[in-house]
Amino acid sequence: MTQVATPPAAGGTGDGEDRPVPPGHVRLTIDGITVDAPKGELVIRAAERIGIAIPRFCDHPLLDPVGACRQCLVEVEMGGRPMPKPQASCTQTVGDGMVVRTQVTSPVAEKAQRSNLEFLLLNHPLDCPICDKGGECPLQNQTLANGSATSRMHEAKRVFTKPVPVSTEILLDRERCVLCQRCTRFSDQIAGDRFIDLLERGSSQQIGINSDEPFQSYFSGNTIQICPVGALTSTAYRFRSRPFDLVSTGTVCEHCASGCALRTDHRTGVVMRRLAAPDPEVNEEWNCDKGRFGFGYLHEGDRLARPLVRDADGQLQPASWTDAMTAAAQGLARARDDGGVGVLTGGRLTVTDAYAYAKFARVALRTNDVDFRARRHSAEEASFLADRVAGVTPSTGGPTYADLEAAPAVLLVALEPEDESPILFLRLRKAARRGVPVFTVGAVESRGSRKLSATLLPALPGAEADLLADLTADARPVVAGAAAADRNRAGQLLRASGAVVLVGERAAETPGLLTAVGRLADATGARLAWVPRRAGERGALEAGALPGLLPGGRPVTDPAARAHVEQAWGVELPARPGRDTAAMIASVLARAERDERALGLVGPAPSPDLPRPAESPAADDRPAGHGAVGLVERVVETVAGSVSGAVHHLRDLVTGEHEDAAVAPGPQAPAEPGLAGLLLGGVELDDLPDPAAALAAVAATGFVVSLEIRASAVTALADVVLPVAAVTQKSGAFLDWEGRHRPFDAALPTPGVLDDGRVLDTLGVEMDVDLYTQTPVAARADMARAVPPAPAGGTSPGTAPGPADARRGPAGTAPRDGQGFVLVSWRTALDGGRLLDGEPHLAGTARPDVVRLSPRAAELLGVGDGAPVQVHGPSGGTVTLPLQVTAMVDEAVWLPGRIRATPLVALLGAGSGDRVRVRPAAGGEGL
Amino acid sequence: MSASGSSPLSAGQPAQEGGGAALTPVLTRRWSAPSSWTLASYRSLDGYQALPQALAVEPGRLVELMKASGLRGRGGAGFPTGMKWSFLPQGDGKPHYLVVNADEGEPGTCKDVPYMMADPHALVEGCIITCYAIRAPFCAIYIRGEALHAIRRVTAAVREAREAGFLGRDILGSGFDLEIVVHAGAGAYICGEETALLDSLEGRRGQPRLKPPFPAVAGLYASPTVVNNVETIASVPAIVLGGSDWYRSMGTEKSPGPKIYSLSGHVTRPGQYEAPMGTTLRQLLVSAGGMLDGIPLKFFTPGGSSTPIFTPEHLDVPLSFDDVAAAGSMLGTTALMCFNETVSVPWAVWKWLEFYKHESCGKCTPCREGTGWLVQILRRVVSGAGTPEDLDTLTDAAANIAGRSFCALGDAAATPILSSFKYFRGEYEDLVSGRTPPVIDARQLVGAH
Repeated sequence: MTQVATPPAAGGTGDGEDRPVPPGHVRLTIDGITVDAPKGELVIRAAERIGIAIPRFCDHPLLDPVGACRQCLVEVEMGGRPMPKPQASCTQTVGDGMVVRTQVTSPVAEKAQRSNLEFLLLNHPLDCPICDKGGECPLQNQTLANGSATSRMHEAKRVFTKPVPVSTEILLDRERCVLCQRCTRFSDQIAGDRFIDLLERGSSQQIGINSDEPFQSYFSGNTIQICPVGALTSTAYRFRSRPFDLVSTGTVCEHCASGCALRTDHRTGVVMRRLAAPDPEVNEEWNCDKGRFGFGYLHEGDRLARPLVRDADGQLQPASWTDAMTAAAQGLARARDDGGVGVLTGGRLTVTDAYAYAKFARVALRTNDVDFRARRHSAEEASFLADRVAGVTPSTGGPTYADLEAAPAVLLVALEPEDESPILFLRLRKAARRGVPVFTVGAVESRGSRKLSATLLPALPGAEADLLADLTADARPVVAGAAAADRNRAGQLLRASGAVVLVGERAAETPGLLTAVGRLADATGARLAWVPRRAGERGALEAGALPGLLPGGRPVTDPAARAHVEQAWGVELPARPGRDTAAMIASVLARAERDERALGLVGPAPSPDLPRPAESPAADDRPAGHGAVGLVERVVETVAGSVSGAVHHLRDLVTGEHEDAAVAPGPQAPAEPGLAGLLLGGVELDDLPDPAAALAAVAATGFVVSLEIRASAVTALADVVLPVAAVTQKSGAFLDWEGRHRPFDAALPTPGVLDDGRVLDTLGVEMDVDLYTQTPVAARADMARAVPPAPAGGTSPGTAPGPADARRGPAGTAPRDGQGFVLVSWRTALDGGRLLDGEPHLAGTARPDVVRLSPRAAELLGVGDGAPVQVHGPSGGTVTLPLQVTAMVDEAVWLPGRIRATPLVALLGAGSGDRVRVRPAAGGEGL
Repeated sequence: MSASGSSPLSAGQPAQEGGGAALTPVLTRRWSAPSSWTLASYRSLDGYQALPQALAVEPGRLVELMKASGLRGRGGAGFPTGMKWSFLPQGDGKPHYLVVNADEGEPGTCKDVPYMMADPHALVEGCIITCYAIRAPFCAIYIRGEALHAIRRVTAAVREAREAGFLGRDILGSGFDLEIVVHAGAGAYICGEETALLDSLEGRRGQPRLKPPFPAVAGLYASPTVVNNVETIASVPAIVLGGSDWYRSMGTEKSPGPKIYSLSGHVTRPGQYEAPMGTTLRQLLVSAGGMLDGIPLKFFTPGGSSTPIFTPEHLDVPLSFDDVAAAGSMLGTTALMCFNETVSVPWAVWKWLEFYKHESCGKCTPCREGTGWLVQILRRVVSGAGTPEDLDTLTDAAANIAGRSFCALGDAAATPILSSFKYFRGEYEDLVSGRTPPVIDARQLVGAH
């Protein structure tokens, strides 16, 4: 924006008027100052740019103008003629030759604003001293600046019952409300969740909700922040603090890969609240409720405070850091030499923490057995990440938030942005509202896709790759029908310059899908971005926390890359790719099974080696007493009680249903003894593809070191537990889905609380290696030495489609044949994950757990909305939930990824893509 | 009701003896016919004669005819109708709509409901011709919800017109298609504001929209829309039949045509008097038999409660858009509420303000908060509890609403106060000083809300 601001020249014109007006601009004066403003700009913004703040309540730069509060009235003269009435500067656009007089120079404007404030205060309660907004309240500030000390109203003020909960986490005080409609406009225009609206009229007008529909929006907390008064307050924060007692720190959200800038406010060492911080390039001025309210876990009672070491009696005992480090170092060294130690990290790690794990694995544990993917994953995914994701950032030309708004089309694959990356969803919605067509490949027309006006390209799990292949083909077969028309349109638009394909982490669940995505991007020229759910995954990829990748996303098998890292680290690196998460767990279990067999506890295994996938018999045909299964059953019963449904999946895992176990053989295969130790950092076992198997594996591992914030399922099984800093207590950085670096400082620097990088660095010293990760700054410098600088503006070394594409199977696998429905599932945003602990008000806004079927499927089953429906897994697990009839593929049934905080796979023994049976719970024929 | 029911479509009759109004029954000429609301009755009195003539010409010529006739909108603002029609973009690929504003709800205004009761087919015929002129395939008639009788009558007229082939596909073989929907409002005064009406018609909350864009560009369902008053649209068939010269033979240069004047209050024969634009209240009162019981006029509204009041000194102001404006008020809807000397001005203003407070939509601050506050002060004043400070507050607060609110409702609410203080400040002062007794007992206000 061009602006020419000159002070009012005495007796003359400003010299700005000598310059030509830039194209697309108009020239006007505001309070005597000449301004060039782009056509269409609102007067209130033009004034702001030259430092004239016109008071306002309803105006918000990211919301459509409404002109409701009338606080921003100014005098306007156009073409030499004064407009008869003062104009609202938040709705008045600039005009050439316009003369604007604000409260600064116009007594009319000044009086209009002062009297409007009087109107607003007539019925406004005098409760500033106990109001949460007091101290940061635009109305209070306005009143202090321009308000009258006394009121001319002698009657009693209007009263309402207060507060009214509009949801479990938001309380409404209608007396304080100035009816600016920011909250309703936000909910309507930005979030698309029109759950609050104006009710009644005149002086009875108020904000309200439908009594049957609370304010169940993932974005509702933003309304508290943009409320210009204390009408909307947070249940959690209400009456907890005064704004002027808070210490604010700019931070970055740890809940997902959207990368939102936050403001963390703490008081006496306790985080009181978190707000969205403005960042136009990323989250604009919004964040989601998870990021805003989901910090109660920081203060949960199960925070680990001291290191724990298992004593001779098998009990975990508090220990000094020195003793714990010694025990961990000795145990890890022993295990390393006895079969190896695998490193599993979760999604919460910062870039430098992930780097510390990646380096610790290679340098201290001398292995490539490190994987950040605590979820369903595949070797195909690892190659995809290496080839197409690693090294891509906005500065190397990767797609950005802003690019979405300008894209000719956006295609979503295996991604439900509202649940999995909420602020990405908001930006997509902004783009969609501006006319960007959004297509989504999937089986369910979700609420999120409806709010994006997205066109569903229907595909059952497993069939998405075929659909993408169809979009990829240049000469698509001419098929009649709406679905084909949608596909043709998507195919055409994706070939337009600037189109973007966003693929979610769930793509790894479907063999061939990521390959198909890559081919689609190559064929259409569409830009590609990978959107993981968790904040740490993108950074962990760059840090080399994958079995086949070094820092910078370069393949372990690349001698030049290895040599570069070897030089930087001063060690020799293992040349063969390591095992991924599933393979590490399988390796531990295989070793445990062998040990038990040696002791004669179980019968002989059918084969000493893990069978290839092609050879593995169908899971249901296998005898129940199969070796590893027996072991797992016992372990599971021992450590965690009965976990129904786990057995089936473990069989799959051990026998290679997860191809990686077989595809990526360990360094010493086939004679490798199996892993003797595990180093786990931030891994929630419930998140792993098979929670029961993971639990069994950790229980069976010879030596386990856990770096954790809070006690978890791993803690009880670990030999050494090392407490680490939570995100508020450390500095560092996440990479968001764009690959954008999102650094943050410690909001609550806490002496004695160490981050993962520091703990591993010290542990390394105990094991006679130097990581140089003692601080994030040091770690970053060390990482820079290990990663060659990316060529600016170009693609990084790994992004070209390599020959790797060719070695992975066919581009698509049909859904597994069989009877019943194909299960579709993803994790909803608020599903009882551990980072949501300690915040019941937030949990109260989670969407109710339902089972979704298409109208036709519901009709065939003879059930309607709300009817309880049973879903039966292949091995006996059953889930019963109320039905919500949804526009979706007839053959699909949808369930949330977690039900009452328990993973679906643990309840049902089945995951997305599996066949399940569905029947009415009230009795009747199932399908 | 109107004087004569059978005069031909000719220029105004000579002034009645004794200085009465020259009644020109154009719009009201069928009102006293037997079963005037039926299709048969309407057809027997030139009904649906204008339609075939209109359909025979190019639509643009009808727009030109309206411009030539000088017809100005009868909803109150007096915007030239032909110009409004010509604002619709042509060939924009969007559907065009006609919306008839029959949400008559202002205190004193009572012309459209009687019109729809007496001669609904003239409205329907006007709608068809207008839609043809603006190339609209759809018309909605938005009628105030309380006027159920009018809703029924217009609905019946639309049905009759459809059965007679005046609506539907290929009307009279012209190739023109049209559907008319009669929509019942829910009784909110604000929905008489055209953009609030459109929102309400779309099923939304009836609150005024930000302008621009104006309805001519983005009206109903964001498509180009003409919003006209009942009386405006009902004038269209007569203009098509009589021509613009004939139409201009009535009324004044800048406000041509006949006008339905609604006399109410302390008048011997209150009712609808159709006379040329520019007729004075003095003339109309003569026609209406003078003031009731001979008690002299104290004040009157020229066009409903939202227009600044006039006093007997304005009895000879020609009641046309420009003449009334020049005299400091607005013609509005020519709702002439006449109050005699027994009426307390503060009391009348208080009653009006109760209405505006009740009907304020709540969207903008000055109107929402200000109307309620003004009512509180007025209650005190009329019940004898007011103070001199209250009078300053009243005028200051009213001035702070006028011209500062989102739409004209706020202006309308401030107007009675500002204009009554202009002429009758003394009455307020007498009330607060105790020189005159309270108009009402304070106990009457217990429970008021």
